[in-house]
Amino acid sequence: MSFKIASSPHGHSQHSTSSMMRWVCYALVPGVLIQSYFFGFGVWFQIILAVITALIAESACIIARDRPAMSALRDNTALVTAILLAISIPPLAPWWIIVIGTLFAIVVVKHVYGGMGQNLFNPAMAGYVLLLISFPVQMTNWLPPSTIGEHSLTLWQTLHTILFEYTPAGYSVEQLRAGIDGVTMATPLDAIKTGLTQGFTLTEVYAKPQFSFLAGAGWQWVNLGFLIGGLLLIQQRIISWHIPVGLIAGLCVPAFFAYLFAPDLMTGPVVHALSGATMLGAFFIATDPVSAATSNRGRVIFGILIGVLVFIIRSWGGYPDGVAFAVLLANMCVPIIDRYTRPTVYGHGERK
Amino acid sequence: MSRPDNNTIYVSSNVSGHFPGGIHPPERKAPACNKPIRSLPLPDELILPVRQHIGPSGNMLVEPGQRVDKGQQLTEASLSLGLPLHAPTSGVIHAIEERPTAHASGLPELAIVIRPDGENRWGNKHAIPDYREVEVSRLLELIQQAGIAGLGGAGFPTAQKLAQQKPLRHLIINGVECEPYIAADDGLMQEYAEDIIAGVKILQYITHCDSVLFAIENNKPKAIEAIRTAIGDDSQIALKVVPTKYPSGGEKQLIELLTGEQVPSGKLPMDIGYLMQNVGTAYAVKRAIIHGEPLLERVVTVTGDAIKEKRNLWALLGTPIEHLLKESGFTPENKQRVIMGGPMMGFTLPSIDVPVIKTTNCILAPTEAELPAPGPELACIRCGACADACPATLQPQQLQLLAKAKDYDALDEQNLFDCIECGACAYVCPSEIPLVHYYRKAKAEIRNIVREKAKAEHARQRFEARQERLEREKQERLERHRKAAEARKKAQAEKAETATTDNKEKPESGGKSAAVAAAIARAKAKKAAQAQKADEENNSAKGNES
Repeated sequence: MSFKIASSPHGHSQHSTSSMMRWVCYALVPGVLIQSYFFGFGVWFQIILAVITALIAESACIIARDRPAMSALRDNTALVTAILLAISIPPLAPWWIIVIGTLFAIVVVKHVYGGMGQNLFNPAMAGYVLLLISFPVQMTNWLPPSTIGEHSLTLWQTLHTILFEYTPAGYSVEQLRAGIDGVTMATPLDAIKTGLTQGFTLTEVYAKPQFSFLAGAGWQWVNLGFLIGGLLLIQQRIISWHIPVGLIAGLCVPAFFAYLFAPDLMTGPVVHALSGATMLGAFFIATDPVSAATSNRGRVIFGILIGVLVFIIRSWGGYPDGVAFAVLLANMCVPIIDRYTRPTVYGHGERK
Repeated sequence: MSRPDNNTIYVSSNVSGHFPGGIHPPERKAPACNKPIRSLPLPDELILPVRQHIGPSGNMLVEPGQRVDKGQQLTEASLSLGLPLHAPTSGVIHAIEERPTAHASGLPELAIVIRPDGENRWGNKHAIPDYREVEVSRLLELIQQAGIAGLGGAGFPTAQKLAQQKPLRHLIINGVECEPYIAADDGLMQEYAEDIIAGVKILQYITHCDSVLFAIENNKPKAIEAIRTAIGDDSQIALKVVPTKYPSGGEKQLIELLTGEQVPSGKLPMDIGYLMQNVGTAYAVKRAIIHGEPLLERVVTVTGDAIKEKRNLWALLGTPIEHLLKESGFTPENKQRVIMGGPMMGFTLPSIDVPVIKTTNCILAPTEAELPAPGPELACIRCGACADACPATLQPQQLQLLAKAKDYDALDEQNLFDCIECGACAYVCPSEIPLVHYYRKAKAEIRNIVREKAKAEHARQRFEARQERLEREKQERLERHRKAAEARKKAQAEKAETATTDNKEKPESGGKSAAVAAAIARAKAKKAAQAQKADEENNSAKGNES
C-alpha cells in the first residue's frame, strides 16, 4: 500500500487566522455593548450594514481576482475590518457613510494593494480617514450619551434616522444633539478643543455636563469596555502587549508632563487614556498584524509612535481626536521600523 | 501554549540559561516511555544500505550466498569518513542489490540483504574491559570499526567527531529528547543508565575532558533518577535538568541553555570548547569498547494512534519498518502517514519496506485526528508568531516572502542558512504556511545555484583553455606551412638557378657547387617535411588527451 507524503512538521497548534479574528470579534463585545448603552442602537445597525457591505465587497474582489472565495471569507478578516469601522463612526450617521467607508477599506485599501496580508495601511482606519475628510459634518455628529442627552431613540427611530437622515418625527441628527439648554453638545474631546480655542481653562471645560468621574461621560466606560476586551486578547495570546503598552505610554507619558507644566491648558493622561478612540485604537486597531511592525522591539516603537502622534494631534492639531491619522502615519513607518529592529540571529554576535 | 499531557510529572530544572522562542506541543511520550524496551522476533530479512551515514560507503567484504556471523564486518571503511557495516545477526547474504532506503525520496540504494538463520551466533569479539590501558588513537579506531555514528541526529561518524583535537571545556551528553512522541533515549536511560555512564567515561578518557554536562529534559523523572543514581558521587559529571521546551535538544539550543553561549554561525561547538554526544551514542561506545560489540541495534519508539502497542523496541539495524509495525498492531487508515522520526522534523516514508538505520529513533503512525494534516495555506498576516517561536531568532515571515520571491541574495543576508529546520514556525503559523518546506526548497535552490555557478565557471575555464590551445595550434601550423613553403620555394629557385647555370655555363667549376647546393636544399625540404609530420602526430596525440 502507498502512504501519504507530507513535509514536516506534521502537527499544528490550534491557533488559526480565522479563530484569531473570531476572538477579536468576541473581545469587542463588552465595548460595543457599553457603546450601544450610551449611544443607542445605531451602532448595531452600522455593524450590520458594514458587515454586509464588507462580505459582498470581499467576495466580489476575490472572484474578480480569481481566488477561491470561500476560504478567503472564512478567514474573518473582512468581518473585523467592517466591525472596527462601524463602531468608529457616529451611530446615527446615514447609511451611505458606512457603505462608502467599508467599500473603500475593502476594495481599495485591502484588495488593490494585493489582498489579505499585503495592505500597507490599516483598512478600517484608512476608510475612517476617507470619511472624516470627505464628510466632516456627518462624521462628527455624535449624540451625547443617553445618560445626559435629551433624546433617546427607539429601534425604529434609529433605523429611520440612519436610512433617511431624519427621525420619523422629522428631527435631524443636529437637532437631536441639543442638550437641555438647547445648546448642541460636543464630544468630550471636541469640547476640550473648542473650549481651549475660545479661551476657557480646562477646569471650566470639565464643569460641562459631558464630563463626569474620570473623563467624558459615557466615553470613559466605552474605553474601559475596550480595555477589558483588549486584556482578554492579550490573555488569549491573540495579540502581544507590546503595541498597546507602547501606545498608551506614548500618549500618557507626554500628556502627564504637559499636564504638570500647564494643568489648565493640557489634557491630563487619564482623560487622554479614556477619551475618543484611545483604547479601541490601542488594543484593536494598532494591533492589526498586517500593517504593524513584526518584531517585539519594533512593536513597542510602533506603539509609542502612534501614542505620541495622538498626543500631538489632540494637543495641537486641527482634529479633536487623532487615532486614525496616527495609525496611518505609523503604518508608513513600519518597513523602516522592521528593518532597524531585526533581532540578532543565533550565532551572529551578542543578542540584545 | 497548552500542555495536554496532564499526567506528565515535571521535575524542577537546574539550568539558568535560556534560548529564545521554542514551542510546547503536546508531548505524547507517555505510552512508550512507561513500558520496558522489548525485543521482537527476527524479521525474514535485514536490509543494510551500504551508505547509512554521512560520508562515502565502504568496499564489499562479502558476496551473495556467504554465511555470516553476528557482528561480522560486511564492508570495509574506505576513507577516514567511511564506517564499516556489520551483520546484525547470523545468517546468509541473500543478495547485494538496490533497495528502497529510509529517505524522504525513497530512492533505491545499494544494500546488503541478509536472511537470518535464527541462531544469533556471534563471531569474534575484541573486548577491552580496561580501556585505560589502551591508547586513545586505538580506541578511536575501535569506535570507527564498530560503525558508530551519532544516534541522535544527523548520524555523523562518532570517531571522527571525537578525533578533532581541541581543548574541551565541557563534554555535553544529550539526553534531552525534546521532540514529541519520541521516547527511545528516555527508555535507554531508564534501563541502561550504568552502561551510558560507563560510555560517558570512555568518551571523557578519549577527549581528556574532566567536566561533563549530562542534560535531560524535566519531563523524564524516571530517566533523571536512573542517571542520577548511575552518576553517584562522580564529581566530574553534572546532571543538568532542562525545562521542557521544543527544541531544547537541538545542539545549538542546548549549548545556549547550558552555557549561555552561542556557537558562532558557520562554526562547530568544538570551536568554542564544547563537544556533544547523544546518550545512545555513549551507550554504543560502551558496548563497542568494553564488550567488543559493533553497533548492531538501537532503540526505536513505535507509536501513534494507528499503532495498538505503543512502545520502545530494540530493533536490529536493517529491520524492515513493516516488521516493526506489524508486530505492534498497525491499522492504517485512509491516507495513512508513516513518519520516520518525530512529528516536528521526521519525514514521511513512501513505503514501509525500508529498513531501520542508525538514526531511526522513532516510527510514528498517527491518525488524522491525532495529527491533522495541514489545511490550505492562507496569506501571511505578519502576526509574528513564527518569529516569537524561532529558536534561532530569525524572521520566518520575511524569509517566507523572500523565498517565494526567489530573492536569494536577500535570503542569504537574512541568514536563511542559520535555520535549523526545527519546524516551530510552521507549527504556530495561524495561516498554516508550510514555512520549513519553503526554506528547504530555497536552500536547495541556492545550493544548486552555487553548484551551477562553480560548474559554469569550470566550463568557461575549460572552453577558454581549449580556444587558446586551438588558436596556438593554428598559428603553429601556419608557421610551419609558411616555413615549408619558403623552403620549397628556395629549393625550387635554387634548382631553377642550377638548371640555368647548367644550361648557360659549363659545369666545370660552378656545376659542382650548384649540385651541392641543390642537395642541401633537398635535404632541408625533406627535414622540414619530416618535422611537420612529427608535429602533426604530436598534436593529434595531444588532442586525444584533452
